[in-house]
Amino acid sequence: MKSTRVVVIGNGMVGQRFLEELVARELSADITVFCEEPRAAYDRVQLSSYFSGASADDLSLVAPDFFSAHGIRLMLNESALRIDRERQLVIGSNGSEVPYDTLVLATGSFPFVPPIEGNDREACHVYRTLDDLDAIAASAKTSRSGVVIGGGLLGLEAAKALKDLGLETHVVEFAPQLMAVQLDVQGGVVLRDKIEALGVSVHTGKATQRIEAGDAQRHRLVFADGELETDLVLFSAGIRPRDQLAREAGLLVGERGGVIINDQCATSDPAIYAIGEVALWSGRIYGLVAPGYDMARQLAAHLAGDEAAAFCGADMSTKLKLLGVEVGSIGDAHGRTAGARTCQIDDSVAGTYKKLVLNAEGNRLLGAVLVGDTSDYGALLQYHLNDMALPSSPLSLILPAGDGKPALGVDALPDSAQICSCNNVSKGALCSAVSQGCSTMAALKSETRATATCGGCTALVKQVLDAELKRQGVAVNNHLCEHFAYSRQELYHVVRIHNIRQFDVLIRDHGCGHGCDICKPAAASIFASCWNDFVLDKPHVGLQDTNDNFLANLQKDGSYSVVPRIPGGEITPEKLIVIGEVAKKYDLYTKITGGQRIDLFGARVEQLPLIWRDLVDEGFESGHAYGKSLRTVKSCVGSTWCRYGVQDSVAMAILLEERYRGLRSPHKLKMAVSGCTRECAEAQSKDVGVIATEKGWNLYLCGNGGMRPRHAELFASDLDDATLLRYIDRFLMFYIQTADRLQRTSVWRDNLEGGLSYLQDVVIHDSLGLGAELEAQMQAVIDTYACEWKRTIEDPAALKRFRPFVNDYGPDESMVYVRERGQKRPMRSDEKAQALKIPVMETLS
Amino acid sequence: MTHAIFDAWHDICGSDDIVAGTGMAARVLGRQLAIFSTNEGYFALGNGDPFSGANVLARGIIGDISGKLVVASPVYKQHFCLRTGICLEDMSVSVPVWRVSVRDGRICVSEGER
Ligand code: SRM
Ligand SMILES: Cc1cc2nc3c(=O)[nH]c(=O)nc-3n(C[C@H](O)[C@H](O)[C@H](O)COP(=O)(O)OP(=O)(O)OC[C@H]3O[C@@H](n4cnc5c(N)ncnc54)[C@H](O)[C@@H]3O)c2cc1C
Ligand code: SF4
Ligand code: FES
Repeated sequence: MKSTRVVVIGNGMVGQRFLEELVARELSADITVFCEEPRAAYDRVQLSSYFSGASADDLSLVAPDFFSAHGIRLMLNESALRIDRERQLVIGSNGSEVPYDTLVLATGSFPFVPPIEGNDREACHVYRTLDDLDAIAASAKTSRSGVVIGGGLLGLEAAKALKDLGLETHVVEFAPQLMAVQLDVQGGVVLRDKIEALGVSVHTGKATQRIEAGDAQRHRLVFADGELETDLVLFSAGIRPRDQLAREAGLLVGERGGVIINDQCATSDPAIYAIGEVALWSGRIYGLVAPGYDMARQLAAHLAGDEAAAFCGADMSTKLKLLGVEVGSIGDAHGRTAGARTCQIDDSVAGTYKKLVLNAEGNRLLGAVLVGDTSDYGALLQYHLNDMALPSSPLSLILPAGDGKPALGVDALPDSAQICSCNNVSKGALCSAVSQGCSTMAALKSETRATATCGGCTALVKQVLDAELKRQGVAVNNHLCEHFAYSRQELYHVVRIHNIRQFDVLIRDHGCGHGCDICKPAAASIFASCWNDFVLDKPHVGLQDTNDNFLANLQKDGSYSVVPRIPGGEITPEKLIVIGEVAKKYDLYTKITGGQRIDLFGARVEQLPLIWRDLVDEGFESGHAYGKSLRTVKSCVGSTWCRYGVQDSVAMAILLEERYRGLRSPHKLKMAVSGCTRECAEAQSKDVGVIATEKGWNLYLCGNGGMRPRHAELFASDLDDATLLRYIDRFLMFYIQTADRLQRTSVWRDNLEGGLSYLQDVVIHDSLGLGAELEAQMQAVIDTYACEWKRTIEDPAALKRFRPFVNDYGPDESMVYVRERGQKRPMRSDEKAQALKIPVMETLS
Repeated sequence: MTHAIFDAWHDICGSDDIVAGTGMAARVLGRQLAIFSTNEGYFALGNGDPFSGANVLARGIIGDISGKLVVASPVYKQHFCLRTGICLEDMSVSVPVWRVSVRDGRICVSEGER
């Protein structure tokens, strides 16, 4: 590298990225940074989240010891006042004089405040820094309403902030439409409708002439044709590059501002560079962060001696969520290219507007506008950036999801396709990161930075990840989560071999951190499979998903469902009546499930033990509908009644259900028994399927219904009862020991090396010599079975957790119901808003 | 929207009323809180899950994600930082945070400033 003393003016988003790019190249440079703000770089793009609760720390872009670790001198609260080009010095606001060999201007821009009378009145603000936000929040405390002057991208962002602060919000725009830079007229209209529907008043075509004292509120805005009173004013009328230092030092600047740079980001003085929003490249200022990041990267490469490094312009496509309204703009959104043709869908019912701008031949995408639904943004951007041929009916690309919509397979993209534009990450870079071991989104993000900035590329990055993992056949990193560097299978062995019975011990000796909602339930399931301890014992309570914790299934409104076991689907009339009585007593919604039993919905937490006491008293037991464990063993009526039945399928189903009830496993398990080959119990769609033959039973394994149906495979034929049970014992325990977390037997089987014949070797021919051990382990679980609900209602400590509130026994009144078809159902949110408004109004008045 | 200003500390329960490593719901002046007992002390958030509208955060699993102490909503599994209330999956969403202090073995809360 040519120089040793590097001075950077400005520690904003781009200045900071430049420092990171520089230190990553491990050059020996003596770096000094002038930072006018009281804090080091933070995420300006996410600035608005400060009002919805993010702290300054959350927004920080700087790792805690970044500056000290790299020996960088950061001067907080210190502006650069003057550049002495002759002596190669920067003079700071507190008198410092810092010499440089290379100087980098990263001073960003300032918000433009229109030169109108009254623009300096109190409670008139701009929106650029955290300090600005603090000032706005302070003014908002004494304000009822606020006006944003400027209806561009930043203005609408600012309007969201005012709304979040609880102010009545107006947007005043000089142009006849919102977001005139990115959207066409119709897009602006749709956006305006949506924003007004959110309660923000939009005034377009209004030039503010002056701001004066108001009558009812602090200010009055006077327009050519009317006026508007408000307490707070926020200017968001565009940005201007902070090029004053450069101007005064005699560097070349553009006619309308901006320090002129070449492709290497050098200004007219070869020792001085400019990057980010202050830089003017090829007559353009980029008001977005991605081009600034690219300049930072190219400049660092250039300084490191990379001759090819050059900034070559940037795409200005954007995708945003403004006030909750999705907006996307790609390329030539206005269709200004000669010969451009357009096609659009303007769906005023759905409130969406989508327009494509095509070349004259109609086979390439020049630009697009999306309002109200940006789900197609990622795919459209790829068509645009990679100049890919469009399908014969381009309009199909923006149809609602579903039939006829061609998918942009990520496979179709070239390796050079840029997937994350904020951080310039190509498909090729993602793929190579995946092949080097990044197998999760989090790992890819920290390795490549993709998705780390605006997040707009997340869906596509995920697609590339999935496709690449699939291509490689196996997941490269099968670690359970950040707390355990083991697969579930390895963790299972750790637990068994070290005889570990508590999570605290497991994570202390074999993991790190506190654990999370991935490893805790996985560990709880392993403990249960190995030791069958009561799941609600104190050390296990915090590990369980809410379903296991309350031994019931959580429903959308916070209530639970109750599913008693009905083995084989066989039930006496007396027991049916009991279920009916219980449902009536507690007013529960009742439904026959797809698993041949009855589900009772709408129980409050505190009702669960009462309901179960009634059920247990009448001989019912837990159906484990909540657990990753055996669900149901479905049966057909079988030889007892059916004229074709050859075996008693009901008796076998009950035998199986009672044998494996309560068995905890990596995912849920389902079984079925059919009495003959007509297969009325659909056994071939279950994890374990049994079909009667003249001579005994055929055993089918690893079937699945659900999302990806898979037929079970015939595993063994004409088995007697004892052999059938032995094979199932071995099979289940082998699966439990070796499967990944939340892996059904079907997926486990598809990933099993050696396939069906390997499984037959292990289970039937005992090729691993594990048979006896697997059987013994299963027998231990069977012998220690106890109904969890029976234990719970007898255990005062466990019952304590079924209180609605730790300090109050009254019910949660936010759960409200209406009746439909003779039963209750939870209110929908619209019904709830209406119903609950009444008491709220009463307490306020 | 009017905001009542609570400065007072509210006595909730004994510190052993909440099993270590779990949460419990509590009701304070008609508002629902989720109080968590963690290795790093007690924390309190609003009990409402912004994504489902159900009052269930107290029933989520506690853990840490990239060094941030969090609870996972039991409904759709988003994570909320126990210190700031911010949702890790969507920073624009957050739940209220309350201050917690343990006095003479009793857990007390007060509306935290944000
Ligand atoms: C109640 C029931 C629907 C009904 O009203 O009939 C139901 C309800 C739920 N199913 Fe199911 N499934 C029900 C039968 C089925 C069936 C049919 C069957 O078992 O014969 C299937 C397809 C068969 C299969 O699993 O292979 C089925 C495939 C699923 C799946 C997809 C599993 C897959 O491997 O693709 C899920 C999601 C999951 O488990 O991850 C699921 C998940 C769920 C959950 C747990 C979703 C949730 O988390 O809230 C629902 C719980 C409701 C509750 O509170 O009880 N449910 N679900 C059925 C209960 C049966 C029972 O008595 O236990
Ligand atoms: C509310 C908001 C939302 C945004 N949303 C998006 C978005 O969604 N997508 C997007 O791409 N972009 C967005 N942007 C724009 C993005 O933040 C900027 O493009 C980016 O911050 C530019 O980086 P920069 O380093 O050039 O400038 P800045 O981040 O502004 O940093 C410049 C720094 O230099 C300091 N400085 C200036 N002069 C001196 C001096 N003389 N001495 C010392 N320090 C000095 C300034 O105080 C400042 O800290 C948004 C901006 C705002 C304000
Ligand atoms: S099909 Fe879907 S909605 Fe219906 S019960 Fe199953 S999981 Fe719930
Ligand atoms: S495109 Fe913005 S983070 Fe990837």
